[in-house]
Amino acid sequence: MTRIYKHRLFWPAIALLALLLACTIKRPDILGISVLDGHLFGAPIDILRNSSPLLLVAVGMTLVIATRGIDLSVGATVAISGAVALTFIASSANPGSAGTAVGAVIVALGLCLILGAFNGVLVANFGIQPIVATLILMTAGRGVAMLITNGQITTVNSAPFSKLASGYVLGLPVAAIIAYGVFAVVALVVRRTALGMLLEAVGINPEASRLSGVKSRTLVFTVYVLCGLLSGLAGLIFAGNTMAADANNAGLFIELDAILAVVIGGTSLAGGKFNLAGTMIGVLIITTLSLAVTVLGVSPLVTSLFKAIVVIAVTLMMSTRLRAMLGSLRERRRYQEVGA
Amino acid sequence: MIDSTPMSRTEEITVQHSPTTKPIVQMAGISVEFPGVKALDNVGFRLFPGEVHALMGENGAGKSTLIKALTGVNPIASGTITVNGNDTRFTGPADARERGISTVYQEVNLCTNLTVAENIMLGSEPRRFGGLDWRTMRRQAQTYLERMGLKIDPASSLGSHSLAVQQLVAISRAMVVDAKVLILDEPTSSLDTDEVAQLFEVMRKLRDDGVAILFVSHFLDQIYAIADRITVLRNGQLVEEREKDQLPQRELVSLMIAGTSDAQVGGANERTAATERAADAEPLLQAVGLGRKGAVQPFDLDLYPGEVIGLAGLLGSGRTELARLFYGADKADDGVIKLGGKPVKLRTPRQALGRKIAYTSEDRKGEGVVGELTVAENIILGLQAARGWIRPLPKTKATQIVDAYIKALGVRPANPNALLKNLSGGNQQKVLLARWLATAPKLLLLDEPTRGIDIGAKTEIMNLVSELAEQGMSVVFISAELEEVLRLSDRIVVMRDHAKVAEIPSTPDVDVPRLIEIIATGEENK
Repeated sequence: MTRIYKHRLFWPAIALLALLLACTIKRPDILGISVLDGHLFGAPIDILRNSSPLLLVAVGMTLVIATRGIDLSVGATVAISGAVALTFIASSANPGSAGTAVGAVIVALGLCLILGAFNGVLVANFGIQPIVATLILMTAGRGVAMLITNGQITTVNSAPFSKLASGYVLGLPVAAIIAYGVFAVVALVVRRTALGMLLEAVGINPEASRLSGVKSRTLVFTVYVLCGLLSGLAGLIFAGNTMAADANNAGLFIELDAILAVVIGGTSLAGGKFNLAGTMIGVLIITTLSLAVTVLGVSPLVTSLFKAIVVIAVTLMMSTRLRAMLGSLRERRRYQEVGA
Repeated sequence: MIDSTPMSRTEEITVQHSPTTKPIVQMAGISVEFPGVKALDNVGFRLFPGEVHALMGENGAGKSTLIKALTGVNPIASGTITVNGNDTRFTGPADARERGISTVYQEVNLCTNLTVAENIMLGSEPRRFGGLDWRTMRRQAQTYLERMGLKIDPASSLGSHSLAVQQLVAISRAMVVDAKVLILDEPTSSLDTDEVAQLFEVMRKLRDDGVAILFVSHFLDQIYAIADRITVLRNGQLVEEREKDQLPQRELVSLMIAGTSDAQVGGANERTAATERAADAEPLLQAVGLGRKGAVQPFDLDLYPGEVIGLAGLLGSGRTELARLFYGADKADDGVIKLGGKPVKLRTPRQALGRKIAYTSEDRKGEGVVGELTVAENIILGLQAARGWIRPLPKTKATQIVDAYIKALGVRPANPNALLKNLSGGNQQKVLLARWLATAPKLLLLDEPTRGIDIGAKTEIMNLVSELAEQGMSVVFISAELEEVLRLSDRIVVMRDHAKVAEIPSTPDVDVPRLIEIIATGEENK
């Protein structure tokens, strides 16, 4: 029992449960799941679906942060992805067909791959600081999205495409299946291959890694490409949800939520050791917060404040220094063994 | 080892300065302890007004610790510091600076994006009406620059000047507080000959004005060009303090390396007889005119399988730089490396690893240890990097390799899942050796593998090197400890001032004094 609360995901998990508990107290039936037309409905399903885009972005962000980097351009990439996909559908001869929807997905993801590669080249090959390198696309990206949509909020109708966000397969939302599926695949690949270890080595000691023959440039480049691609996928889900390409507001501030999720999940911004499961809990906390705000009837005026308080509480509980201050010296030693 | 006297040796050393001058800084019985290490052990040091005093010693001798003890960066465990006859403890460099002791560090830590005047006056800016008085600032800066003999515009940006000028600006800045003591920590390491001359001119001028200058440099010639007095430290202990004129170069090197003025340490080598090279042996690797500007002058060197080459030379002599060229850690800009007679490209560590070359850096912490990874992960890192991320080393094989090396090298604790940062220096070094041995190298470049580790681990590592060579590995062994070099090597290459000055077979008549002679004079013949 004593060991459980020293696990680094203990406090984030507790925060998530506390939020859900608070909601249940206010509305006892909130966590119920009902079956309607063979689809699952209810707040938990909503949380899964609503967290999908953020989870995709945060997974990419986790890997980028592990290499001592950061990607500020994910929000812009989300906007571009949606803009490209919907513009592609709008300008096609047969907007409603499945073929058009598939084409839109391919074109959008292809472009996001290139955007990720652009970041990757700047960081890995030219050695530009990640925060500066990705700031370029962060600011320019929305301009590009505006160009693509001609400054209009393009609205289209494509049933197959909108399935990305609102469709169901096997009773579960398609968006959630995509996001949590991608999460599982990435988590598996990272730990089953040597990718995770090599990324961590690069993040912990870049020079030692280079001298050990690690292809750090290729690795760093790859994570930025992956981050771009996953952000593109998130953008498609956003677009499928609204079916309107809004260059200004799609994915706005998602980079901050993603970084927050990574930090809540226990991955240090200094790079090195990363924890994808932690990131997922972070994403769930952030999504549940939005639900809690409505359920608990928090006034829209103080919503941001409410969120901030929860986030501060979680990060404070995770702070090694605060824990050390609270705990005894013996416990502090244990943290260094277990927590690092 | 050295004749370690338990008492501070300051008292024993006859005062050669005129008795009327009192030292401006006097440190006595100084001990500084870091967890598990005694960085300074009962060291005495004194500095007189109007002298340039060189502080000499190899890596880990305690030079920077002594400077940091004086300026209050490192707390001292025991001992006294008197400045101008008053007992003093500074709280930090800023406090020391305010009270007349200024330090200029190796890397110029100024703001290159500010102007020269701003850099000089930073912290003591003239103010007017609550704002900065720019005109006075420039005028005051100008006078300090003139004192240095520097004719540059104080309003120009610092970044637009050469490193030498920046170094001089840093010294000007140190003089703003009317420093009585100036500490220069390796100011010349990035300067060329003319720039050094310019710096020395300024130093002489300041000295003649009565400033006491503490000077740290690895270049013997520079020491003899500028210093009045020399203090030698070794392994945290005071070895000697003497006037320059009474300390010949040869003796100085001997003091730095062996701790005695006339090194008679045994250490005749043990390997030569057993490992006579066959006359028709083919070299594994040949360097032809290999060099890199500012690091190593072009040199030739053949490496044979089953042979240990010892690299001897002082810190900064180019011994590390030479090894890094073979590994592609730095790119050579001159010459070629031949493998089996054919020129090969070794421009990155990866290429070198592909050719079965391995290198352990002297900077274990900065360039070797991946602290937050486990012992097992650190051991397989090199192997895994060579395989690429997509083909992970099979778990059973990894466990097998890791367990085998932990056992063979006696890594303690023998726990593959311990984080490497929690191991002692000696055991970290063993893990790093395991990382490289696991790649089955044909050539192993060991840069100071025995530094900072306890005597037991040292012996184990040296025995291992010996065994590896017998099994046919080619080894390049770098160490500041000449006895170690002598004991292990079949051939010894001596480096001095970034150049290879000698290559001698390690025959029984080669001993530490002979090596010291070559290191000090750069000449092979007695």
